[in-house]
Amino acid sequence: MADKKMMIIATKGSLDWAYPPFILSSTAAALGMEVNIFFTFYGLQLLKKNLSLGVTPLGNPGMPMPMAMDKWFPVLGTAIPGMQGMMTMMMKSKMKKKGVASVEELRGLCLEADVKMIACQMTVDLFDFKPTDLIDGVEYAGASSALAFAGDADINLFV
Amino acid sequence: MADQELDARGLNCPLPILRAKKALNDLEGGQTLSIIATDPGSVKDFQAFAKQTGNELLESGETNGEFTFLIKKKA
Repeated sequence: MADKKMMIIATKGSLDWAYPPFILSSTAAALGMEVNIFFTFYGLQLLKKNLSLGVTPLGNPGMPMPMAMDKWFPVLGTAIPGMQGMMTMMMKSKMKKKGVASVEELRGLCLEADVKMIACQMTVDLFDFKPTDLIDGVEYAGASSALAFAGDADINLFV
Repeated sequence: MADQELDARGLNCPLPILRAKKALNDLEGGQTLSIIATDPGSVKDFQAFAKQTGNELLESGETNGEFTFLIKKKA
């Protein structure tokens, strides 16, 4: 199993979408796989030292809301200022109650397990991210090095 | 009696597996780890974990909504 490799391209920067890459990577590492995650576009948010990830029901009809609000609450209402903050807070407290790890914890477990995290240099420049904003140990590279690892990987995912 | 015990009750995927992996790191080959968990998904996950890592799943059971596993570390 030690020679199995997994490559994930992480493109989303919301609280809910932070989970698939970090859950799969930490678990793959526990199974003995070598893992690379290539963070690009909004996925770069997942590499920030201080994570401030949110979740919103806006434009996401599949998101269950407290008190079955998704059934009766007007869609426009989800755009009310403060709604995202409230939903994020509620989601985080629900996750905690259900024993779901925080994104910070899962990311820490990935780093501990030597999951390699690569930031897309082009989008780092595009969004004016500073390397000092991102966690230590991040490498900076582009499409060709991502594809080089991907070509060699047994599992390739785009999240 | 297992060489080490892990209480993963109340933890959700993937934490029981990750904690188990960490606990196994501290054991010698052939030693055993017993785990208790409440995540129903952990039943299939520990089977897969054992298969993938070569650590042997000696026992797997359920009592009152709690799942117990006994894993022997690969020699």
